[in-house]
Amino acid sequence: MSEKAVASRVTDRAQYGLCAGLALLGVLLLVDASHIGAVSSSNDPVGPRPVPILLGVLLLIVSVVYAIDIAHGGQGEAEAGEDVDLTTPIDVKTVGLLIAAFLLNALTIERLGWVISGSLLFWGSAFALGNRHHIRGLAIGIALALGTFYLFAIGLGINLPAGILQGIL
Amino acid sequence: MDNISALIAGFGDVLTPVNLLMALLGVTVGTAVGVLPGIGPAMTVALLLPITYGMEPTQALILFAGIFYGGMYGGSTTSILLNTPGESASVVTAIEGNKMAKAGRAAQALATAAIGSFVAGTIATLLLAFVMPQVVEFAISLGAPEYLAIILVAFVGVSAVLGSSRVRGLASLLVGLTIGVIGIDFVTGQQRMTMGIPQLADGIDVVVVAVGIFAVGEALWVAAHLRRKAAEVIPVGRPWMGREDWRRSWKPWLRGTALGFPFGAIPAGGAEIPTFLSYMTEKRLSRHPEQFGRGAIEGVAGPEAANNASAAGTLVPLLALGLPTNATAAIMLAALEGWGFEPGPLLLEKQPDLVWALIASLFIGNTMLLVLNLPLAPVWAKLLQIPRPYLYAGILFFASMGAYAVNSQTFDLLLLLGLGLIGFAMRRFGLPVLPLIVGVILGPLAEKQARRSLQLSGGDLSGLVGGPVAWVCYAIIATVLLWPLVSKVIRRFHTTEVGA
Repeated sequence: MSEKAVASRVTDRAQYGLCAGLALLGVLLLVDASHIGAVSSSNDPVGPRPVPILLGVLLLIVSVVYAIDIAHGGQGEAEAGEDVDLTTPIDVKTVGLLIAAFLLNALTIERLGWVISGSLLFWGSAFALGNRHHIRGLAIGIALALGTFYLFAIGLGINLPAGILQGIL
Repeated sequence: MDNISALIAGFGDVLTPVNLLMALLGVTVGTAVGVLPGIGPAMTVALLLPITYGMEPTQALILFAGIFYGGMYGGSTTSILLNTPGESASVVTAIEGNKMAKAGRAAQALATAAIGSFVAGTIATLLLAFVMPQVVEFAISLGAPEYLAIILVAFVGVSAVLGSSRVRGLASLLVGLTIGVIGIDFVTGQQRMTMGIPQLADGIDVVVVAVGIFAVGEALWVAAHLRRKAAEVIPVGRPWMGREDWRRSWKPWLRGTALGFPFGAIPAGGAEIPTFLSYMTEKRLSRHPEQFGRGAIEGVAGPEAANNASAAGTLVPLLALGLPTNATAAIMLAALEGWGFEPGPLLLEKQPDLVWALIASLFIGNTMLLVLNLPLAPVWAKLLQIPRPYLYAGILFFASMGAYAVNSQTFDLLLLLGLGLIGFAMRRFGLPVLPLIVGVILGPLAEKQARRSLQLSGGDLSGLVGGPVAWVCYAIIATVLLWPLVSKVIRRFHTTEVGA
């Protein structure tokens, strides 16, 4: 417990990374704005450039103020929740597996269709989160994917691809 | 009297089988997602957006309103039975509510929360029906510069007043405004921040942003810190209250309503401040102050009423001005835009049927919630036992489906993951997500009003500050932004005086 109290007093240096990201976004806005053609007319004396330039400058200012706040010991409070245990470090393996399951769906949804890619997404995500009942996980995934496909794609006309199961479903 | 007849006409519109079914569906889904950890009403409404684009707008809005009110009922159940509130608005309820539950008075805590929410919701919805048209009458005369100033007040309100850190709130707002800039400029047709990616030319759809930040970001964040041993749920029977509980509850309900509604109605409102104020008031006025901290029923009754009244209050700026002050309202605004309505003072004039049917549905939904929640509380509590891997896998499943369905392109799923990672980082570093979503939705509108103002003045910057309303707004913004500086100066002045 005492170890944790000491750790929380040390500056959370990762916050500077976020500041750098904000500053980078500001620079990106300014560079992009400089490439926009300076179109203006009596109809629109402002043109498309001032807003991105203003936002870019404000982002640079905020990133500096943010960095000063961190240097003075400022610390954003990580979000709590019913299922969140903030005493544990970030579980990189679980998050990585979830992202993999997510990307697998993104890459296969058009070719294999939503019913197959969605089932895999559910099963893979549940596995990443610690589910070890593989058959039950897959069964729920297939039921959800089939159910949503028939209800939304066929019932309500929402675009979900049938993929290789075209003609069978 | 106009309002009453319009409201009665609204009831007439709502009382059709399909609309009543939508209200019932909304409050049921709303209560369920309010009880379930990790899902809130904002995320649910965002996930349902792509589906409702094909629905009749009135029905979809009735559904959303049910989810909005139902989410709060469910949220209080969770914070009473589990000592880990899911949202900031129910933090205060958890203080006394969970103590009551531990002392074996969970049934009374749930009952005072549910009945108090019903009383507050009904009174506040009635206030909404009378106040909102007045605000419209005032707002309809406002020109572009005034409207811009009011939007800017909302920006500063959600980022600098709500939340604990101004600079983090402003950073979140600026990221949201930047996302809003992406795409083709609506006047000149120039591409901005598209990086030459053709799919970005139309901008990023609000559905993808909201689902990415709320659903994917939340699922990844919880996954990173998943509680391996589920928190203990206190078992509960059917909620009921004795005579003494009623006697101690009714005044806090009314006081909570009086505090909650005005705070919800101002563009920088929110539920945190009024629930906290209500708690402090009840503690001071109670004849049993020694019970506070050990499960005082007044400490549940007041804040719960304040929470619901403030939720109804947030519909005043939403419907009268087109300004959202909480996340669910922000997504309801995006839905209105998606159906081709122009939110703002003209909404009531152009779509009176829609607006009054929505308000009437709030009364009906609120009554349904009371009927649904008192006898069924033990059933809702069972939802807390759902295995977490399936819950969060389900969130990712529905998030991917909703985001893909918007434009049927794989690119949106990659965008969704990117936004989810931004949402993850924001939760990790304590950046509030509300300013971002408000920035995405209101940013383009603010730019439009600014350019319209300057068009009227021929490019002269003085065109931005026309009229007393704008002056008042800018004075408020300056005060809020400069307050830390001012208070520091005052304090320094004070200490030197004492020192001398």
